[in-house]
Amino acid sequence: MKFSKSHEYLADDGTVGISRYAAEQLGDVVYVELPEPGRTFAQGEEFGVVESVKAVSSLYAPVAGTVVASNAELQEHPEYVNQDPYGKGWLLKFEIADPAQVSALLDEATYQSEVATH
Amino acid sequence: MADTATSRTPLHARHVALGARLVPFAGYELPVQYASIVAEHQAVRQAAGLFDVSHMGEFLVSGPGAAAFLARAVPGDVLGMDVGKAIYTQFCNAAGGVVDDLLIYRLADHYLLVVNASNIAKDWEHLQSLSPPADATLIDASEKTALLALQGPRAAALLQPLADMDLSALKAFRLAQGQVAGRDAIVARTGYTGEDGFEIVLSGDDAGAVWDALVAAGATPCGLGARDTLRLEAGLPLYGHEWDDATSPVAAGFGWTIKSGAEYLGKAALARQIRDGTPLKLVGLRLLGKAPAREGYEVLRDAHVIGRVASGAPSPTLGHPIATAFVPADVAVGDRLTVRIRTIEAPAEVVKLPFYRRSRS
Repeated sequence: MKFSKSHEYLADDGTVGISRYAAEQLGDVVYVELPEPGRTFAQGEEFGVVESVKAVSSLYAPVAGTVVASNAELQEHPEYVNQDPYGKGWLLKFEIADPAQVSALLDEATYQSEVATH
Repeated sequence: MADTATSRTPLHARHVALGARLVPFAGYELPVQYASIVAEHQAVRQAAGLFDVSHMGEFLVSGPGAAAFLARAVPGDVLGMDVGKAIYTQFCNAAGGVVDDLLIYRLADHYLLVVNASNIAKDWEHLQSLSPPADATLIDASEKTALLALQGPRAAALLQPLADMDLSALKAFRLAQGQVAGRDAIVARTGYTGEDGFEIVLSGDDAGAVWDALVAAGATPCGLGARDTLRLEAGLPLYGHEWDDATSPVAAGFGWTIKSGAEYLGKAALARQIRDGTPLKLVGLRLLGKAPAREGYEVLRDAHVIGRVASGAPSPTLGHPIATAFVPADVAVGDRLTVRIRTIEAPAEVVKLPFYRRSRS
């Protein structure tokens, strides 16, 4: 699993979500807005929003790619993002355009040490 | 507000120990939440929550000329206040705009004014601009005064064993002086959540002991996040959102707090607004979808922008997003409007304020 500096993760199978650290920082997630399958995004482009009680936060594509699925269950259960960010709280399945962008993302140890210093 | 946090309340170390997320607000580093805004919100609606609001400002006004001076400063009925009474009112400018909103408490030998933290300096200058007479003394006691808010249906039962005054005799908007957990305190039956509860004014030196006693008695520590959703559900205005220096209490639906027969700053403008109405007025919106409306979002009628959201959040109690918005005066309860949320126009129904009113048993 790889991480972006904007706190999205990208799993080996192309699953995109937000890190546990980001979910904890957001607090209670109450609303998630995700793109339809078929949409394409450039690396770093905003693909949706996640809203806590207090604030709206943008979601950014960790790599360039095409959406092949989005997690419709989050419409009814946005709290999955808090409860299980790497499981039931996933956001998108992504078809990765350029594998070279994946290797440039942060590995888990580097990401964890970056957020630990904040 | 974007500012650099420099000050800490006397309870700062406790907030850190409780694992609070601290954010800069009005020059203070304050807890926005401890574990969960929703859980803290529910604690206040269902049991009792405890807020550290020591960042708020406290002014003391005393002397033979105090009452007459304050009567020139607010549209609330200061001259009609007995000792032990509290009123909710505003400082207004000449145009009727709200400089700040505040609570005034009448104690035996002085008036205590509790003002918004972000407006302490502005309010102080405003009062000075009204030329206090020689027989009225003003003191800014904000730095050394702590303020705790204990709010919720269980607040009285939880506080009574710790307090030396009879809380059953303390009605809404009344206050008593005595001791809480052995420390001198003013206990007022006021709050900002829409629930029964108390605000406890005490020396900063005593705040920690009283906080600890209330938490030990079962109060849930609550942060500013829950305070905001609670006050929004209860239809209570927040300076900078439902009103500001260019918006009057009349436009915000608080004309009923204008009661004074005295000559106060802004009186003529407010009287005119009460008589003629205001071009814009504050309404409540119930969002029919799930996406929350937020401050500043555009409100539309028939695809035309007619106003903006003043405050918006998901309502933990009601389970759908709510918002306040300024719209033209002809908008009525039951009307369907839309709110522009990013790329969509989200349907909303105009509803009566407040969104939430507690059941009185």
